[in-house]
Amino acid sequence: MVDDLAFLFDKYNVVAAFWVTVQLAVLSAIGSLIWGTALAAMRVSPVPIMRGFAAVYINAVRNTPLTVILVGSSLGLWQTLGVTLAGERATEVNFRLAILGLVAYTSCFVCESLRSGINTVHVGQAEAARALGLNFGQVLGRIVLPQAFRSVIGPLASVLIALTKNTTIAAAISVAEAAALMKTMVENEAHLLFLVTVIFAFGFVFLTLPTGLILGWVSKKVAVKR
Amino acid sequence: MTSVLYDIPGPKAKARNWLYAGLFVIALAAGIWWILDAMNDKDQLDWDKWEPYLAKSGTWETYLLPGLLNTLKAAAVSIVIALPIGAVLGIARLSDHVWIRVPASIIVEFFRAIPVLILMLFANAAYDVFGNFDFETRVLYAVVTGLVLYNGSVLAEVVRAGILSLPKGQSEAALAVGMRKGQLMNYVLLPQAVTAMLPAIVSQLVVIVKDTAIGGAVLGYGELIAAARPSYSFYNNVIATLVVIAVLFIALNYLLTSFANWLEKYLRQRKRGSTAVVAPDMVEEQAPGMHMGGGVH
Repeated sequence: MVDDLAFLFDKYNVVAAFWVTVQLAVLSAIGSLIWGTALAAMRVSPVPIMRGFAAVYINAVRNTPLTVILVGSSLGLWQTLGVTLAGERATEVNFRLAILGLVAYTSCFVCESLRSGINTVHVGQAEAARALGLNFGQVLGRIVLPQAFRSVIGPLASVLIALTKNTTIAAAISVAEAAALMKTMVENEAHLLFLVTVIFAFGFVFLTLPTGLILGWVSKKVAVKR
Repeated sequence: MTSVLYDIPGPKAKARNWLYAGLFVIALAAGIWWILDAMNDKDQLDWDKWEPYLAKSGTWETYLLPGLLNTLKAAAVSIVIALPIGAVLGIARLSDHVWIRVPASIIVEFFRAIPVLILMLFANAAYDVFGNFDFETRVLYAVVTGLVLYNGSVLAEVVRAGILSLPKGQSEAALAVGMRKGQLMNYVLLPQAVTAMLPAIVSQLVVIVKDTAIGGAVLGYGELIAAARPSYSFYNNVIATLVVIAVLFIALNYLLTSFANWLEKYLRQRKRGSTAVVAPDMVEEQAPGMHMGGGVH
């Protein structure tokens, strides 16, 4: 068993594959937090056309499988339209396109969590702010969003963990992350199937479970007591 | 429309909103123009790229409909198998006995923490090594196994939240009239919890339908994406094909989501029975290690 483990880690660079997974997850998380917040701001803004755009975008994108989005960005955006996002080699281009697709998809869920968070802020808070003469940007940026963020840490943690798991779908456009390596390994080392699966399963448990536990604890800590 | 976030716009605010709307429309139009222009450059807007799906007969029957059927087949089989597994695990997590509760919790948390693709890859390789199936059957089994393991665990949490969402008086009353724990579960809690869970179960179907696509793209299961592959290589129209596939998925999932929301509203407003409901949006992206809240909002 120890020999087998040593053999697998010697022959395949498992750590490098998980490092790609982590990079995909972190970069996409930053991107989708930004784009998701922008979408949420549009979704509650006083301009009807922005509200409409955000609603259509969210309903369309979150009902499309991530697989279709990623395959579409690789085969459609890159190989048909020639969008490379300044990447030079194929691996580089697919890595960047995977982040683009993950951001486009995950930001829908970020937006929906934020919007439900905005709904948990008491109406009196916004009313008081408006009574003081704050404008829409100030009401949202100084009063509502800071309180909303505190109540959405739990849901956002769920979204980020789902994102970490979703990075495996980048294997469909041959990004060399964990699931792609696992596919090669189970094909080549069929006799070590269980060991290979255990390695990758625990890799993901190791990435997702602490995030859930820590952020779950934080969300309880900072929750607005009402 | 008024909102708590801003006052009803006066003349100045109205003018400003029109300005923002104008700028936004210009930016949006520029974005759409850029995409259409790029597509036009590569001849992706030509009629012969879209004709196979819009006008020609045969494409749908040969490629898309069998793919759609396979998508629905994998999703339906998965939910039918995952529901009883989820029910058993969910009830086991609420057991009074530590030796039932703890293993059930470990199983549920473990399978929720692992990407569904990892489970599918494992199942596919395992059926290849230990079973003797032809390719089609093997990948179907692998996709269904992956989906069942993951969604069984998610549904276990739904069942748990459904039971916890019921008013405490229900269990107290049942125990007061002398019911045993089994009777309490079977006659009082489960029948009410099942109704409360329905919206969440329907919206979990959306997740399952979307996840079948992973099996198609990575394992080669003949669902929509995999089934359309020969079509787009033949007509050389990837973009048109994927747009049609996306529209099919969006329509299907939008119907399911709307149905789930309607169910939730109906269950909350009905006069008869309990109004406890597990909201549909609570399932979509559930983190391991965190519990889903139940309850009456």
